[in-house]
Amino acid sequence: MTLKSPLGRVLGLGAAGGVQHWWLQRVGAVALAPLGAWFAIALLSLPDRSYAAVHAWLAQPLHAVLMLLLAPIAVHHAWIGVSIVLEDYVHGRVTKSVALLLAQLLHLLIGVAAVFAILKVALGSAQ
Amino acid sequence: MAARSRPLSPHLQVYRPTHTMVLSILHRVTGLVLALGLLVFAAWLLALAAGPAAYAELTGLLASPVGRLLLTGFVFAYCYHFTSGIRHLVFDTGRGLERRAARRSALIVVVVSIVLAALSLWAMLRAGGTP
Repeated sequence: MTLKSPLGRVLGLGAAGGVQHWWLQRVGAVALAPLGAWFAIALLSLPDRSYAAVHAWLAQPLHAVLMLLLAPIAVHHAWIGVSIVLEDYVHGRVTKSVALLLAQLLHLLIGVAAVFAILKVALGSAQ
Repeated sequence: MAARSRPLSPHLQVYRPTHTMVLSILHRVTGLVLALGLLVFAAWLLALAAGPAAYAELTGLLASPVGRLLLTGFVFAYCYHFTSGIRHLVFDTGRGLERRAARRSALIVVVVSIVLAALSLWAMLRAGGTP
């Protein structure tokens, strides 16, 4: 049941999309709190942040899996946050649409790059 | 489309800043800073995947004065956004919204985030100063 007109639905106007954004933002936040804390502590606990040390750390399956959770969830959380800020402060139909589109593509790029890099390290030749 | 320059409802500049309002704005600002931080995060992972030479180049950049300033900023932004985010999650359950409680949690957020950031920076410096 929706009170939006068919035209409004097609154009994606109105506030009805906000609830899902709001909820996803919170789900991401709840997942990110432990994952982010784990990442910070793990990184700071390494003897050093040399290539060998960090590479060996990320090559461990458990670390790679947690990083594969952390990176996309963090990017998704950031994408929603940046979108909300753009929706709030960028005015003008075209400017706003272009800004939102660029933000989405840029976050997609960052997410794919991070996931690919993690997989390459984790699945690279066993050392 | 409707004509431009329609009146907007009163916005940030007409209100006297309050503690809770400043904290809320800081949450947004640090969130944006951390979104930029994700660029560095992804670049760091890509450099790691690309090999020792690329990784050395990136950590070299991060060890420069500008790089260190950037990382210090990310650490503070992260610790603040993390702590403040937990406060906002509590708000979302409908708790702690009364004036006294909100002011008290605001103070806790500021103190805890500064302590966390200081501890993180100390740990980073202790491990040889390289980020």
